[in-house]
Amino acid sequence: MQARAYAAPPTLDDALALLAEHGADARVLAGGTDLIIQVRENRRDVGVMVDVKAIRELTEFTFLADGSLRIGAATPCARIYGDSQVARRFPAIIDSASLIGGVQIQSRASLGGNLCNSSPAADSIPTLIALGAIAEIRSKRQEREVLVEAFCTGPGQNVLAADELLVALRIPAPAAHSGAAFQRFIPRNEMDISVTNAAANVTLSADGQTFTAARIAIGAVAPTPLLVPAAGAALVGQPVGEAAIEAAAAASRAAARPITDMRGSADQRRHLAGVLTARVLRTAIERARAS
Amino acid sequence: MTDKLHIQTTINGEEVEFLAAPGQSLLAALRDDLGLTGSKEGCNNGNCGACNVILDGALVNACCVLAPEVNGKQLVTIEGVADGANLHPLQQAFLEHAALQCGICTPGFIVAAKALLEAEPNADEDRIRHWLAGNLCRCTGYDKIVRAVLDGADRMRAATAAS
Ligand SMILES: Cc1cc2nc3c(=O)[nH]c(=O)nc-3n(C[C@H](O)[C@H](O)[C@H](O)COP(=O)(O)OP(=O)(O)OC[C@H]3O[C@@H](n4cnc5c(N)ncnc54)[C@H](O)[C@@H]3O)c2cc1C
Ligand code: FES
Ligand code: FES
Repeated sequence: MQARAYAAPPTLDDALALLAEHGADARVLAGGTDLIIQVRENRRDVGVMVDVKAIRELTEFTFLADGSLRIGAATPCARIYGDSQVARRFPAIIDSASLIGGVQIQSRASLGGNLCNSSPAADSIPTLIALGAIAEIRSKRQEREVLVEAFCTGPGQNVLAADELLVALRIPAPAAHSGAAFQRFIPRNEMDISVTNAAANVTLSADGQTFTAARIAIGAVAPTPLLVPAAGAALVGQPVGEAAIEAAAAASRAAARPITDMRGSADQRRHLAGVLTARVLRTAIERARAS
Repeated sequence: MTDKLHIQTTINGEEVEFLAAPGQSLLAALRDDLGLTGSKEGCNNGNCGACNVILDGALVNACCVLAPEVNGKQLVTIEGVADGANLHPLQQAFLEHAALQCGICTPGFIVAAKALLEAEPNADEDRIRHWLAGNLCRCTGYDKIVRAVLDGADRMRAATAAS
């Protein structure tokens, strides 16, 4: 059923007041590329659409003094990957943002919407997890921060209460000698949902020969995108090379708990979790050495 | 009961006012209420691009936008592409290359190609193919469309150089 009301509050406080007033009957509208279709296909009932794109805090991104990047939750992907500074400092974000749909989707789709839609196959969430991103959440009642790795709780489910809004994603400044990358596997070149995806963020010693820190995340292999601490642990302290990469890939395969569906079998997904972990690691290492 | 919203917007350079249901799609408003049936409904779920319009300079699927969202915004639809009776260079190129069969996808491809070429007049074939990945055609096999867009780009550059 179509929404009964639409509002485009000009300020964050106005939006929070609407969410507090209408509770679960209200729904935040960012780019609408998930929400509008879900409502049309009767997969979700929404009384009041709260369009947050008129709110400045949600639609701009800024580099903070400490080098971290704060992305307003409703900023469209096209604006993010069109920015040369983001491209230079956070290429893994660009890997994800430029893969979500075609250009028509990217003009509207936001990282906040991708995260709040909480699909197990969402293409920005592994990247955000690998980068250690923090979700800044507000309601009339409170303000809180949640690590993206703890944000999703099941397919389409997350930690947000009905009156809460995701204001921004904060991505810590990249460490010296670090690099990150995201990749997915789909049966065609463009415009498809990930069969499996993965992101890596590695920090190397100054000579580029040893892993000093690593975060690996995989998607579409469990009810939520997963941080794989064992994959990171398999790398830290090890010499940069195929032996360590294969150990991390094995840890990703072991962490995967995939299902079989029309897009792929559980076995294929487990295999892909390893393949993609190795591939994103190789790109992340290259980027770390070039940084 | 739902209250309709009063929407003011600019479509193809003309100010337009209309009443929109809160959950109505922009595509439905254009086609059913404003008589602008050039934008097509192929899939109604964001996958085919037949409904492409340019909203404040950005290429979007009108089926994935709510009509109330365009309040105060600028829209370009396929109806605004030709200059009166003179076809746009892309439209002329589509005709001459026979880049359409049933034609359902054509308005979307033309609007999408126009959005690209106005921003990147020198877009090459790779760039064009990548840009058009969100537009589906069930008839032509795409090659004639890509040829037409490349030719349209030549004509647009020539027109700019001449002016
Ligand atoms: C053709 C097509 C192709 C696609 N391809 C991909 C793809 O390749 N990869 C991929 O990952 N996804 C893809 N998607 C899905 C979708 O585009 C993305 O998930 C997108 O990032 C959603 O962002 P949005 O801004 O459009 O969210 P919306 O649809 O506006 O919102 C999504 C959900 O999040 C909630 N929400 C949004 N913002 C907030 C906020 N700030 N606070 C609280 N709740 C919020 C909404 O209420 C809604 O439940 C595709 C969709 C289509 C139609
Ligand atoms: S009808 Fe809008 S994308 Fe197909
Ligand atoms: S000409 Fe028929 S879908 Fe393209």
